[in-house]
Amino acid sequence: MLTTLLIAVPLAGALLVWILPLQRESTAWLALLAALAEVGLWLGSIRNFEFGSDAQQYSASREWFDQLGISYAVGLYGFQYWLVGLTVVVGACAIGYGAWAERERARAYFGLMLFLVGALVGVFAAQDLILFYVFFEAMLIPIYVLVGVWGGPGRVKATVTFVIYTMAGSLLMLAAIVAFGISQGTFLLADIGTSSNDWIFFGFLVAFAVKAPLLPFHGWLRAAYTEAPPEVAAILSGVVSKAAVFGLVWIVLPHFPQPVDDFRDLVLVLAAATLVYGSVLAFRQPDARGVIAYSSMAQMGLIVLGIFASNDLGLDGAVLHSVNHGVVSAALFLVCGMIETRAGTGEFAGLGGMAKGRPILATMVMALGMFTLAVPGSTNFAGEFSILAGVFARGWGYAAVGAAAIVLAALYALRFISAVLHERRGSAVREETGDLVGGELTLVVPLVAILAALSVWPAAVSERSFPADQPAAFLGAQGAEGTGP
Amino acid sequence: MISRPPVDWLALSPTLALLAASAVTLLGAVIVPRAHRRVFSVVVSLAGFTTTAVLAGIVFDRSETPSAVVVQSMVRDRLGTFAAVIIAIVGLGIVLVSVGDRRRDHVGEYYALLTASAAGMVFFVSAGNLMTMFLALEWFSIGLYVLCALDTHRRESLEAGLKYLIVGSFGSGILLFGCALVYGATGELGFSAIQQATGADDPLFVAGMAMILAGLAFKISAAPFHMWTPDVYQGAPTPVTGFMAAATKVAALVLTLRILVTAFPEQDEIWTIAVAALAIASLAIGNFAAIAQRDVKRMLAYSSVSHAGFLLIAIAANSEAGGEALLYYLIPYSAATVGAFAVVAARERELAQPVTLDRLEGLGWERPFLGVSLWAFVLSMAGFPLTGGFLGKLFVFSAIYEAGWWWLVVIGVLATALSLAYYLAIVKSLFMRESGVGGPVVAAGGSPPRDLPLQVAVGAALVVTIGSFFFVQPLVDLAQDAVASLPFT
Repeated sequence: MLTTLLIAVPLAGALLVWILPLQRESTAWLALLAALAEVGLWLGSIRNFEFGSDAQQYSASREWFDQLGISYAVGLYGFQYWLVGLTVVVGACAIGYGAWAERERARAYFGLMLFLVGALVGVFAAQDLILFYVFFEAMLIPIYVLVGVWGGPGRVKATVTFVIYTMAGSLLMLAAIVAFGISQGTFLLADIGTSSNDWIFFGFLVAFAVKAPLLPFHGWLRAAYTEAPPEVAAILSGVVSKAAVFGLVWIVLPHFPQPVDDFRDLVLVLAAATLVYGSVLAFRQPDARGVIAYSSMAQMGLIVLGIFASNDLGLDGAVLHSVNHGVVSAALFLVCGMIETRAGTGEFAGLGGMAKGRPILATMVMALGMFTLAVPGSTNFAGEFSILAGVFARGWGYAAVGAAAIVLAALYALRFISAVLHERRGSAVREETGDLVGGELTLVVPLVAILAALSVWPAAVSERSFPADQPAAFLGAQGAEGTGP
Repeated sequence: MISRPPVDWLALSPTLALLAASAVTLLGAVIVPRAHRRVFSVVVSLAGFTTTAVLAGIVFDRSETPSAVVVQSMVRDRLGTFAAVIIAIVGLGIVLVSVGDRRRDHVGEYYALLTASAAGMVFFVSAGNLMTMFLALEWFSIGLYVLCALDTHRRESLEAGLKYLIVGSFGSGILLFGCALVYGATGELGFSAIQQATGADDPLFVAGMAMILAGLAFKISAAPFHMWTPDVYQGAPTPVTGFMAAATKVAALVLTLRILVTAFPEQDEIWTIAVAALAIASLAIGNFAAIAQRDVKRMLAYSSVSHAGFLLIAIAANSEAGGEALLYYLIPYSAATVGAFAVVAARERELAQPVTLDRLEGLGWERPFLGVSLWAFVLSMAGFPLTGGFLGKLFVFSAIYEAGWWWLVVIGVLATALSLAYYLAIVKSLFMRESGVGGPVVAAGGSPPRDLPLQVAVGAALVVTIGSFFFVQPLVDLAQDAVASLPFT
C-alpha cells in the first residue's frame, strides 16, 4: 500500500497542478507541498522497514492484463528503498529549485516535475517487467518536454538526441521483455525464473547501458546534461541514471546468471573504459556542467564495475555509491545552476575568484568537490573502496584501473573547485555578485547534510540494501568470493 | 406465392438504423429549411450512430454462438458486432468533429453520405459470402468517393475524390476478379462453404485468394497498395479523412481476418507469409515516408500505412491471441486517429489553410486542451506507455512471438523506433519553439471560435486512448468473446 502511495502521491499532485487554475506562486507551493509530503511518507516508513528480511516490503499486487500475465506488482527491498529515497529527496530539492528559479509556464512545469518523480519511484518499485517498462518509458515523456521547453539554447537538439538514444535502447528491451515473458508465461519478476538466452540478455543490457551511460552509448549525455535546466539535469544524472543500476541489479543479475558470467569481462572492460574516459573528459571540459556531466558518466562506470563484480562487496558498494553519486551530482548541478544565474555563464573562462566574499558558496562547492573526489572518510570513499575491493576479486586489473581513476577524479574535482572559486576573478563575476541566500541553502544544505551523515555511517545504506546483507546469494550471482583482497 | 427466406431483423438492425438515418437526413436536405438543416442533419446522424452502437451491442450480447443468417449471406456473430460498435462510435466522433466546419453546400448530403457509408461498413464486417462482401465494399466505397470530393471549391478535394475513385475501383476490380476465381474453383460463395469445398489445390484458387487479399489491402491501405492514401487523406475534408483512417481500417481489417480464417484456413501457410510481407512493406514504407512529410495530414496518412503494418502482423499470427490483439489495437488506434484529425481540423479552421508542422507551432500553449490531447494521441500511435497504443503493440508483438515469428517482433520494434522521429516532431511543434519560450504566438484570424462538439469529441477520444491502457482487461475480454466466433484451429 505504501509503495502504491509513494507512486500515487506525486502523480496525483501532478494532476492537481495541471487541473487547478492557480497562479505561479501557489502552483509552486502546491508542488512543493506534494514533494515534501512524498519525502515525509518515505521517511515515515523507515522505522517499519525490515531491511534484513528476505520478504518484499510494502508490496502490493493486482491483476491487470490476464491474457498476457501482466500485473500491477510493486514492492521494495532495501536497495530499492534507498533508490526511492534518493528519488524523493532529489525530486523535492529539484522542485524547490524550480520554485526558486520562478520557471515560466508554472502549471505545466511543476506538473511534469511531479509526474517525473512519480514515474521514477515506479521504476524503482516495479516487480513486473511490463510495469517496469511502463514507468521506464513514462519518465521519458516529462523529460522530453522539460528539457525541450525549459532548457538552454541547444535544448531541442539535446532532448531529441536523448530520447532517440534512450528509445532505441528501450525498444530493444521491449523486444527482449516480450521474448522473455512470453516464453516464461509471466512477467512477474518473482516468478519469471532465469534465462540463458544471450540475445535477451543483450536487449536488457543495451537499454541500461544507454541509460547509465556506458562507453559507446553516451552520445546523448553531454548535450542533455548541459542544455537541461539545472534542476532537471540534477534529476537526470542523480536519479534517472540509477534506473540502469536498478535494472542491472534486479533484472539482469538474478535472471541471466549464465550470460552475466559469460560476458562479465566484456561489461567490466566497458565499465572500466567508461570510468577512465569519463574522468579524462571531465578534466578537459571548458564549463562547470560539462565537468559534472562527464564525472557522472565516470561514476556510473564505477558503479557498473561494482554490480558486475557481483559479489557482496561490489554490490553493497554499488548501491551505496549510487546513493552517494545521486546526491552529490544533484547537489552539484543545483549549485551550478545557482552559479550560472549569478554569472550568466557556466564557462570557466568567465568564472573564477568566487570564493572571495562569498563564503557560503565557497563552502558548499568545496564540500561537494571533496565528496566528488572521494576524500578518505567521505561516504563516496566508502562506496568506491567497497566497489574496488569487490572488483578486485574479479581481476586486479579492474581494481587498478579503478584506483587510477580515483586519482583522475581528484584532478577534475580540484580543477573544478579552483576554476570556480579561486584564480583571478572571471569576467562574468562582478564584485557585487552575491553569495548563496536562504532559499538556495535550504535546497543544497540538506543534500550536503545527507552526505555528511552517510560519511559517518555508510553502513546505514551498504549493510541494509539486501536481505541479511548477502547480495550475492540473494541475487543468485555465481562465482568469485566476495572477501576482497 | 414466392417463398421468402427467413430474415433475422435483429442481426440487420445496426445496418438498418444507419440507413434510416441516412434516408431521413437526405430527405431533410430537401424539406428542412436551410437555416435548420445543419442541426437537423447532425441530430439525426448522432441518433443513427447511437442507435447502431446500442443495437450492435445488443446483438453482440445475444450472439454467443455465431450463426449464418439471411441465406448464408451474412454472419451474426460477436466479431462483426464488435467491429460495428467501434465503427458506430467512430462515426459519432466524426459527426461531432464535422459540426463546426463552415460547409455551406451539401450539408444534408454530407451527413447522409457519412451515415450511408458507415452502414455499408457495418454490413461489410458481418458479410458471410463473397457477393455480400463485394456489395458492401462498393457500398461504403462509393459513399467515401463522393465524401472525398465534396469540397467542390477545393481542387485538392476533387483530386482526392477522383484518385480514390480510380484507384479504389481498380482495387475493387481485383477483389471481384479474385472472387470469381475462387467461385470458379470451388463453386461456392459462402466463406465456410469455400473452406469445405474441394478443389482447393487448384492454382487458380490460390490466385483468387491472393487477389482477394490484394483487393482488401487497398482498403486497408497496406503497402504496396497504399499509393492513393497520402493524396486522398491530404485532399479530403479533414473529418472525412479521420473517418476513412479509423472506420475503413477497422472494417477492412476485421473482414480480412474473417475471410482468411473462415474461408482459407487450409492455405494458412501461404497467406500468413503474404500478410507478413504486406506488414513489413507497410511498416517500412509508411515510416520512412512519414519522416519526410511536413503536412500533418499527409504525415498521418503515412502513419496510418505503418499502423496497417502493425495490425497485419496481428493477422499474420493466425491465432486467437492475434485476433484479440487486432481487435484491441483497433480501439486505441481509432480513438487516437479520430482525435488527431479532430485537432488538425480545429487548427485548419482556425488558420484557414492546410496544417503543416510549422503551423502547429505554439498550439500546445495557445490551446492547451487540444495540444495536450494531440500529444497523447501521437504518443499512443508511437506506442508509449500510459496510452492504449502501448498495450496494443505489446499484445501484437506477444501474439506474433507466440506464433514463432520472433523476427517480426524485431522489425516491429525497429519500425516503432523509426516512427518516433515524426511523432516526436509533432510534439516538438506543439510545445517547443526554436526561437525561445514565451516568444510571440502565432495569431491567425483572432481568437478561434469555441467549437464545443469538437472539444467533446477530442475529450472522448482522449478518455478512450488513456482509458484503454488502464482498463485493458474488460476490453480484451470483449475482444476474446468476439474472436471466439472465428474457427481458429
